[in-house]
Amino acid sequence: MAYSEKLIDHYENPRNIGALDKNAEDVGTGLVGAPACGDVMKLQIKVGPDGLIEDAKFKTFGCGSAIASSSLVTEWVKGKTIDEAETIKNTDIAKHLALPPVKIHCSVLAEDAIKAAIADYRAKTLKKDECAPEGQEAVAAAK
Amino acid sequence: MNALAQIRRNDQPIYLDYQATTPMDPRVLEAMMPYFTYKFGNAHSRSHSYGWEAEEAVEKARAQVAKLIGADEKEIIYTSGATESNNLAIKGVAEFYKDRRNHIVTTVTEHKCVLDTCRHLEQQGFSVTYLPVQKNGLVDLGQLRAAVTDKTVLVSVMAVNNEIGVIQPLAEIGKICREKGAFFHTDAAQAAGKIPLDVNAMNIDLMSISGHKIYGPKGIGALYVRRKPRVRLVALINGGGQERGFRSGTLPTPLCVGLGEAAEVCMKEMDAEAKRLTKLRDRMLKGLQAKLPEIYVNGDLDHRIPGNLNISFAYVEGESLMMGIKSLSVSSGSACTSASLEPSYVLRALGVDEELAHTSLRIGLGRFTTEQEVDTAVDELVRHVTKLRQMSPLWEMAQEGIDLKSIEWAAH
Repeated sequence: MAYSEKLIDHYENPRNIGALDKNAEDVGTGLVGAPACGDVMKLQIKVGPDGLIEDAKFKTFGCGSAIASSSLVTEWVKGKTIDEAETIKNTDIAKHLALPPVKIHCSVLAEDAIKAAIADYRAKTLKKDECAPEGQEAVAAAK
Repeated sequence: MNALAQIRRNDQPIYLDYQATTPMDPRVLEAMMPYFTYKFGNAHSRSHSYGWEAEEAVEKARAQVAKLIGADEKEIIYTSGATESNNLAIKGVAEFYKDRRNHIVTTVTEHKCVLDTCRHLEQQGFSVTYLPVQKNGLVDLGQLRAAVTDKTVLVSVMAVNNEIGVIQPLAEIGKICREKGAFFHTDAAQAAGKIPLDVNAMNIDLMSISGHKIYGPKGIGALYVRRKPRVRLVALINGGGQERGFRSGTLPTPLCVGLGEAAEVCMKEMDAEAKRLTKLRDRMLKGLQAKLPEIYVNGDLDHRIPGNLNISFAYVEGESLMMGIKSLSVSSGSACTSASLEPSYVLRALGVDEELAHTSLRIGLGRFTTEQEVDTAVDELVRHVTKLRQMSPLWEMAQEGIDLKSIEWAAH
């Protein structure tokens, strides 16, 4: 199977690998996929006081396309508001990386991951507004 | 051996997929060459020397193949490869004896061409028992004995598994089949030329052999069909009645010669080669284990051909690992199904967790593998597994002491 240069570049030089403090209030964490399916993505965003995503990190267990999809998404979300980030479509990811048809699900998972991270961040800020006690471990699974 | 210089090209990845196919041994090619050119006769032509010359060559090759498995040359039928041999053995026997016996016993870890043939026969009204295998990949003899009834016409159990390299207890299976009056067929594509096989000592009635798995040409194989007691078959390919009527069609003389020569080289070098490959395999496994925690060998390591390793590198997905180790040619699962995203059905049959099955690689060593290649492969694997584990959320969670099984994953 021949992969695009962009995909191979993201696989070989993945951007933004790492972890943010999942307990921090300004960090949203999305964990999607399942080991039994061969794909798990953990994507984290850190939202600044100005409402912009100032940092994003990922770790992915999965094929090269899954790694590239999540790497690309972390690049794309930086500097965006969470509302803007939420509009990222899997089709854009698939197109940018020229994913072969059997790998489209990797881009779907990456979209799910960013949505899950945003949902986690929103849940945290909501809780903070309600002065609720500190939330449990931030693990959000994709539907 | 000048063979090595011809096989190895410096600009190519290191070939570690000897269960998928093998390069032809240059000695085999040399034996074949005249039959492509000036010795071009049809082995079935009886009226001139061109034909006689070709006939002599295919008969010599037939004897070479027979000798490898302790058979008589009259019991060897040329086919296009192990897939055809398996089809002919299973369908041929089932069809011939269907009025008396209509049950077949096989295992869930057989090659697809055996499983698919059995499925086809089920649709034709035959009944098939698919035996499970134990955690080590070997068939449970008690279960096999219990499965064979007075309606069982054929037991088909592969000699060596193509993904995990485990060797089934052939002599014991043969004994049970003989006692119960069922024929014993074995797909020996991965076994012939690599481990000693004796159709009489092992009570094997039918055996499939492939040319390209034993450093011979692609497009040729053989089926051993026992004469005493006689096994009858209905042919799949009808025509001029060549190969005792079991397989019509003009014999491909150069390919037959290649198969024979390949069998002879394997037989001569089997003991020394097994020792050499065992040493290389142990070196590779020790090298990996020394630097990588949490790697698991799939399938029994003792009852196994020397040239195979199948390893799960926990927390690292196999396809991404293969993408990283560009200088190595290995496979995840078998080449026939590696286009699908499903984890290997063979590993699943051993009870390997689905998540671990996704992390497995098949590494095949063979005649042209060197110690230096093994060392390079170890370095590459260690480097990329370590890198990918640093990127793996599962590895991170495992390091934090989180039990991955305690998490409710959303299947997708």
